[in-house]
Formats: sequence, structure tokens, C-alpha cells
Amino acid sequence: MNGVDTGDTAWMLVATALVLLMTPALGLFYAGLVRSKNTLNTFMMSIAAIAVATVTWAAVGYSLAFDGSGDLIGGFGNAFMSGVDFVPREGTTIPELVFFAFQATFCIITTALISGAVVERMRFGAFLVFAALWSVLVYSVMAHWAFGGGWLIERGTLDFAGGVPVEMASGFSALAAALVVGARKDYGRQALLPHNAVYVLLGAGLLWFGWFGFNGGSGFSTGEASVLAFTNTLLCPATTLVVWFALDVIRGRKVTAIGAATAIIVGCVLITPAGGFVSPGWAMALGALGAIPSWGIIAYRTRTRVDETLDVLAAHGMAGFFGILFIGFFAQETWNGVSDGLLYGNAEQLLDQALAALAAPVYAFVATFVLLKVIGAVMPLRGTDKEEAMGMDVNQHGEEAYVTGEGAILLLPDDHDKVAVPVADPG
Amino acid sequence: MKLVIGIVRPEQSNQVLEALHRAEVRGFSISRVQGHGGEMDRVETYRGTTVQMGLSEKVRFEVAVSDGFVDRTVEALCEGGRTGEVGDGKIFVVPLDHAVRIRTGDTDEGAVTPVSK
Repeated sequence: MNGVDTGDTAWMLVATALVLLMTPALGLFYAGLVRSKNTLNTFMMSIAAIAVATVTWAAVGYSLAFDGSGDLIGGFGNAFMSGVDFVPREGTTIPELVFFAFQATFCIITTALISGAVVERMRFGAFLVFAALWSVLVYSVMAHWAFGGGWLIERGTLDFAGGVPVEMASGFSALAAALVVGARKDYGRQALLPHNAVYVLLGAGLLWFGWFGFNGGSGFSTGEASVLAFTNTLLCPATTLVVWFALDVIRGRKVTAIGAATAIIVGCVLITPAGGFVSPGWAMALGALGAIPSWGIIAYRTRTRVDETLDVLAAHGMAGFFGILFIGFFAQETWNGVSDGLLYGNAEQLLDQALAALAAPVYAFVATFVLLKVIGAVMPLRGTDKEEAMGMDVNQHGEEAYVTGEGAILLLPDDHDKVAVPVADPG
Repeated sequence: MKLVIGIVRPEQSNQVLEALHRAEVRGFSISRVQGHGGEMDRVETYRGTTVQMGLSEKVRFEVAVSDGFVDRTVEALCEGGRTGEVGDGKIFVVPLDHAVRIRTGDTDEGAVTPVSK
């Protein structure tokens, strides 16, 4: 039936759902890392990314990423999902509707990732505006470069599941966002500790689970590349975990739980660009070697004034950068059927990879920096000091994560009209 | 010998700790409490159920001090706890009859004076 493969389609339907699960999982991971008074706000930023980025993706994002083969950006041919139906997209064996949904989940999680840089202080409304614009102006552009027929994929840069548009885009955007929004008022003065390490571990575990769809689905089939990426998604993060344990022991004599959760993320990110291009052995080497720079940045970052709160740069930007370059050395045509890296005699591949590793951080950082400056000129990006002290849950959402109910008086609908509702204002 | 009880905002508790440290007040205990003073209530909504939250989270400091330390303890609590908004809390100073340090059996002034080592 018009080139649709039922096995491929069945897997891609599942993979899409797996990737969507990653965003609430990220919300849980992030929520555990913040203080309890910001739990819901932090989680809601991920939920908001599902809301906003899906709508922008259907409206123009998908079209700008995947319509046509312009060097820098796609066209408007698929705007408002025009022409997205049961016919497979060229080069795939799945209905374009499935392809659209699968790619949408990538745009969603990438947008959600950046929230890690601005939690505990950014206003929710400003984040919604930022998420809508970023998902189009940064994500769609970079997805076009790496996946949709833009200049990187055309010149032969290998990026299996999003080292460029997902990992480097979110990581370097997060750095820009942290610089523009500014540090939390207590940053560097008080210990700001994760309030629930169990959420962090559970969130990381669910992210890893979802990542099998993320990487395993990025071959858009049940073919060899997908199978290779799937198994590499098990191997690489596991070796990252082992190395991270060792680094933790060397520094602090103890293996930490939050360190382990971070290592899972770093390992999954490392294999994201390389999943379908390197052998299982090299995937394990990638997990081991790639742990070191990310671990180093996390250790160093806390000594600086930059409050890139949840280390999106280290976990995603740096690991994505490392993974993209790793392909240039260790890709193997006997495994991927596409291209060799430097080690197997193809130096040109390394050049293609290096260009991506240079261009992606620059575009992501500059575009996000400018975008947030513009939004900041129109509306305040962050809550007042008083709101920040109270916690963003109560003053942005009028809810608390761990409400006891003691002393709560039920307001009946009639009272509602009488009481001038002083929403979350203790003053 | 007095027991100084300070009830402050949770978000100010770190400032209070710093202020007590500067005032060289070393021994105290804190607990999380809920209470209500003159502040306006928060209104929260959970799936259509709107409630007025009559109690606010507070942190209660209890500091047992010899008479010479009362004023500086009260000043430290004020300095650390004050934001100028309604809801900053209260300080109560109450007489203290007797104190014992469990480890040594020291009593009264000796029990509330920090040991140097």
C-alpha cells in the first residue's frame, strides 16, 4: 500500500509515544533537583513545552524544518500540516503523519530541556512566550540543518538522532538563557539543594526508557541502523555510569545518587548523535570517554557566577558536542553502511562533524541570547525577589506540591464573588 | 536566663542563622511550624476547588540564653527576619527556670553557655 511498511510503522508509533514520555520524565527529573517550593513550576515548564511546541510545530515548525532543501531553512509548503497525510515521506516507509508526530516529540523535549537553566526564577508567562518562539526560530532551523535537507546533512554531516538540533541546541541555548535571565537571588550565598533525589533517579530512569524510542526510532524503520542505535542506547549510558561512579569516588570517596542520575542523561546524550553510526564497542568507549568533560564542567560550573541551574550545558551541550565529534573519528561503514570516520581512513568525515560542532553552538547561543533580550524588553523575564523567596509554585500557579490542607478553608462559589481574590499575595 | 522564641518566614531563616552567628549566639533549635498572624490569606485552586489557606509556613527558633545575651539575640532575630511586609513573624521572650546540659550535668548559666571545645 503506497510504500508503507507495516512493521516500520508499528515500531515508529511506539517510538513516538516513548519519546513523548521523556518530557514528563524530564519534568520529574528537574522537579527533584529544585527546592520544594518550586516543584510544580519546574515540572510545569516541561508540560508547557508539550503544549506550546506541539502547536507551533503543527503551525509552521514542521514545515520550516522539513519542507524543501533550502540551505538554512525550509519552506511553508507543509504549514498547518498541509499535505501531511498517509503517504510516506520520501526516503521513509512510514506515513508522513507518523513522521510528523515523531519529530514533534523531539521539538517538545528540546524546548523543555532549556527550562533547566532558568528554573526557580523565570516567570511562567515569559517562559511560554519564549518556548513558542524558540521552538520555531531555533529548533526548526537547526532541525532543518541536520535532518531536513539543510546545509549540514547535504554536505554529509552525520547526526543520527539530534546531536545538533536537540543536544547542542538546548545546551548552548541554556547557557545564553542563564546569562540573560540572571542568577537566582540566593545563588552563591546559600546552599540550594535538590529536594527529592528519588524523583531525580526515577526521572532519569524514565528518560533512559524513552530514549530507546528517541534513538531507536531515528532510523524511521526497524532496519539495521535502528537496531544498532537501540542497543548502543543500552551500552553507552551504562559505561558512562561506571566511569561516573569512579570519578565520584576519586573526588568525594562516595558514589552519589544524583551523580548517577546525571550520568544516565550524559550517556544517553553522548550516544544520541552517534547511535546508528558506531559499533557497539566504540559506543562503550564513547560512554566512558565522554563522561569526563561533562563531569568536569559540572564540577567547575558551581564555582562560577553563572547560575545555569540544572547543568543543561554540561549534560546536553557538552555531551552532544563530544558525540558529534566522536563520529568523525570512529564511524564505521561496515556497521552503518554510510561512511567511515578518520580512524577508518575518511578524514573528510571529521571535517563535516567539526563544522556542525562549531556552527550549532554559535547559532543556538546567539539566537537564544537575542531572542530573550527581545522578550525581556517587552515583559519581565523573572519574578520579583519576593516572589522568588516565596517560591514560584504559589505565586505563578496558586498551588503547592506538598499541601497539607491544614487551615484551608473551602471557598464556595458564592463567596467567590464577594471576596476580592488576593491570589498568592501575603503582603 | 531567658528563652527567646522567634517565629519567622521560612525564606528568611538562612538570614536569621547568619545574624545569630554574627551575634555569637551558638546554641538554638529550629522547627517548622504553621501559623497565622495578621497576613492576608493565600487563595489556591485545585481542580476547581478554591480554598483560602489560613495557615502559613513559619520557622520557629528557640534560643535559651543568659541575661546578657537576650538583647543581641532579639536584635539578630529582627535583623534576619525582617522584610517589612506583613507576616514577618513575632519574637517572644519568656523566663527560664532551669536548664541542664545532659552530657555534663552543668546547670543554668553553665548549661546555656556554649562550651569552647
